[in-house]
Amino acid sequence: MHNSSKVVGLPLSRIDGPLKVTGQAGYAAEYFAPDMLHGYVVGATIATGRIAEIDTAAAEAFPGVVKVYTYKNRPSAARRDSKWKDEVALPGHPLRPLDNDKILFDGQPVALVVADSFEAARDASALVRVTYAADEPHTDLALERGNSYVPPVPRMQAFMPPKPRGNAEAAFSQAPHQISADYVIEGEHHNPMELFATTAIRNEDGTYLIHDKSQGSQNSHDYICNIFSLDPEKVVVRNSYIGGAFGSGLRPKHQLFFAVMASLDLKRSVKVEMSRQEMFYLTWRPSSIQTVSLAADEKGHLQSVMHHALHATSRYEDYQENVANWSGLAYKCDNVTISYEIAKLDVSTPGDMRAPGAATGVTALETAMDELAYEVGIDPLELRVINFVHRDQNTDKELTSKALHACYREGAARFGWSERSHEPRSMRDGNELIGWGVATGIWEAQMSPAEAKLRLTSDGKVTVSAAASDIGTGTYTILGQLAAEAFDLKLADVTVKIGDSTLPKTTVEGGSWTAASSGTAVQVAAQMVIATLLKAAQKLDNSPLAKATEEQVEIAEGRLVLEANHQVGIAVSDIMSAAGLDMIEEHAKVEPDKAIQKKYSAYTHSAAFVEVRVDAELGQVRVTRVVNAVAAGRILNPKTARSQVMGGVVMGLGMALHEEGMVDHRTGRIMNHNIAEYHVPAHADIEEIDVIFIDEDDDKASPIGVKGLGEIGIVGIAAAVSNAIFHATGARIRSFPITIDKILAETSLESETLQ
Amino acid sequence: MDLSSQSHTAATCPVSLTINGERRSFDIHPWVSLLDLLRGPLELTGTKKGCDHGQCGACTVMINGERMNSCLKLAVSLDGAEITTIEGLGTPDNMHPMQKAFLEHDAYQCGYCTPGQICSAVALVKEGHAHERHEIREQMSGNLCRCGAYTNIADAIEEVMGAEKAAPVREAAE
Repeated sequence: MHNSSKVVGLPLSRIDGPLKVTGQAGYAAEYFAPDMLHGYVVGATIATGRIAEIDTAAAEAFPGVVKVYTYKNRPSAARRDSKWKDEVALPGHPLRPLDNDKILFDGQPVALVVADSFEAARDASALVRVTYAADEPHTDLALERGNSYVPPVPRMQAFMPPKPRGNAEAAFSQAPHQISADYVIEGEHHNPMELFATTAIRNEDGTYLIHDKSQGSQNSHDYICNIFSLDPEKVVVRNSYIGGAFGSGLRPKHQLFFAVMASLDLKRSVKVEMSRQEMFYLTWRPSSIQTVSLAADEKGHLQSVMHHALHATSRYEDYQENVANWSGLAYKCDNVTISYEIAKLDVSTPGDMRAPGAATGVTALETAMDELAYEVGIDPLELRVINFVHRDQNTDKELTSKALHACYREGAARFGWSERSHEPRSMRDGNELIGWGVATGIWEAQMSPAEAKLRLTSDGKVTVSAAASDIGTGTYTILGQLAAEAFDLKLADVTVKIGDSTLPKTTVEGGSWTAASSGTAVQVAAQMVIATLLKAAQKLDNSPLAKATEEQVEIAEGRLVLEANHQVGIAVSDIMSAAGLDMIEEHAKVEPDKAIQKKYSAYTHSAAFVEVRVDAELGQVRVTRVVNAVAAGRILNPKTARSQVMGGVVMGLGMALHEEGMVDHRTGRIMNHNIAEYHVPAHADIEEIDVIFIDEDDDKASPIGVKGLGEIGIVGIAAAVSNAIFHATGARIRSFPITIDKILAETSLESETLQ
Repeated sequence: MDLSSQSHTAATCPVSLTINGERRSFDIHPWVSLLDLLRGPLELTGTKKGCDHGQCGACTVMINGERMNSCLKLAVSLDGAEITTIEGLGTPDNMHPMQKAFLEHDAYQCGYCTPGQICSAVALVKEGHAHERHEIREQMSGNLCRCGAYTNIADAIEEVMGAEKAAPVREAAE
């Protein structure tokens, strides 16, 4: 069935594209209501301690200000933690804005100013006077290594390290080739281009329409209803368009709470939009320190893998991600020990950021693999090939598919890897040292429970609906493609409704699971509609489809026909009019197949090849070429798929070279909380990126053969860059981002021209 | 149009702007940025706010034909100016060539930086300083895209630049 695609698998432009390129797509802050108020948040200026005094008089007196909220006058909200826990909450105590005088992190909201204009709220916020009793902050992970601990309540069992296998320590000490090092990755901030915002529109009857920047409209809906004991039927949350999120919108943010709180209290519509600065105080990729030790025999076969990961969490929640387990399954090795700990800092709770855990852990592993290749003295790609594994050794399960060999082969060919000379500093072009690096990428291919409705109308057109989200991933388009395929329609004849909490239940968009999950739900709903249509067709007199089964029919050119013989069939419009039907609508509910999950593990894989050019005198790094070969099952839309992987690569280059939340550990405050000083890749940083999709037939990862693409693009990129920098310069830099100062400190750059 | 906040007593200033070809007059507070005027009272939300500090370029519009960060311009300082926003370039049914090229090259994902990228790109082509791809990249670097659509954006701009260059040649040949 997958091979006969007419719409699925084509590089079609996004169906939401015309609205996006003309400025007509409405994001959360872009809705209006009569007499709407504006909220602006005041953040704490200490990292830990308490509010000694808070004076709101001047702010309240500012023209246009309606009310200033602090912990002293905040309207009541749920008391029990369980009411504050969203769909993807963490072990611990969720943050309750303005709940008390305690300060747990820099930037924590301490007041909300509500005024009749944005400007008045913003300007008055500067007049809120807060006096703090500050405690000594602890924000440096390196200094908290002694206070690390194994999370007592696992966020997910799968995040916990697998049991050790073999004897990694003994095998390490006996092996002829060993490497062992610490890898440090600084904290990163998602910084989607859209500011977090909520517009809470209060209708005259007290019902709500809430536009929220979120990766799950139903998650926001349930969260806000639980906190304020709202009738779920009277609240609708929409996230029609989302200006990027990368994980930052998985959990509801404080602007949602504030907009609804103020609106309920003041009985008016309220909009709260964060500032860019404010967005640095929530949901970040935690800083991490990892120790990786690898050992190999004379030929490079892995004898021992030891990976210990430590990352930051907050005082109030135990954020957890799967950092190190990848090292137990990436390569064949019989002696493996993995350990994982977190440490509390006076920071906001970290959160999932594109390929959470893998982007961090695989960076360390894949840099270590490069070190091992040079220790053994073989080509870094060859080392990966000879340690290839066909089974998930962590869980001792078969893999649904793994076309990683093809990724290595085709990626290397496209990149020209065979032209590489092994020795560091052996390739140069004028004043530039050239380096080529490679790394493997891995991410889980996940499917989550999902629902979708599909409606066929008598004009033959189709509407798909689900509370799924499109954070720029292409959800609108691929769900439309799947429906169009099932009904032999043009994409333009399908309407896709997503981003609304009233639509069929869907989990938050994350983990690369949306296409596999909601896509399967759409396909099953389509099959159900066709089955209903067939039943109606079979009730007709002398129906040519009287004996046909569901499996034998399909829609072609507006007719329900036998798959084997399109001559035999009935027009859809005739079936529906004979049955007196204006429309057929079916609601599908799907979930992963537990029998398959018991037997198989499912992962996406990639091979990333990177060329850097390092200025021989200045240490400046340019990434001039990237080839990322990805095996991710069936590709529904090569155009949007390529964009997703490219976006992952770009964020990976940011991790490698630019991105770093800088904390002044004396004050515990973030110093570079803006996007001029927190560097993300800009146009000038990005040169050639080549994405290759490897064919991978996989009917087990998900029923529609999809494995997901949101994360895999970033995994391995930072390691490939660091390996390329080593190849160019001979300097092994184990601290990310690899900024010029680190290169200058580690290399003997050519200074003769300066003498 | 009186856009002074209901309870503000501070003086407002009169200002006339031609926005997307339509001349409009306002009385506004002097501290209102062009961006906040567009996105707030005028409900022209195609222009985006990404930082409010001139760092990201999401708010790029054309003022008298030049690309500018509208968050860094006070509206009252622009009396008499002609403003073109993304809404003034084209509509879904009648797109500007740059909008079409962005659509075709998938030069966006979430779409939030896109109006700013497109306004910036249209002005860049008009400026005529960028000829090579590396020049496009350099001169578009004031517009950040966190989804990482940069290479597609450069492809879209190259296509439009190529078409503009080719057009007069074709005419001459005919």
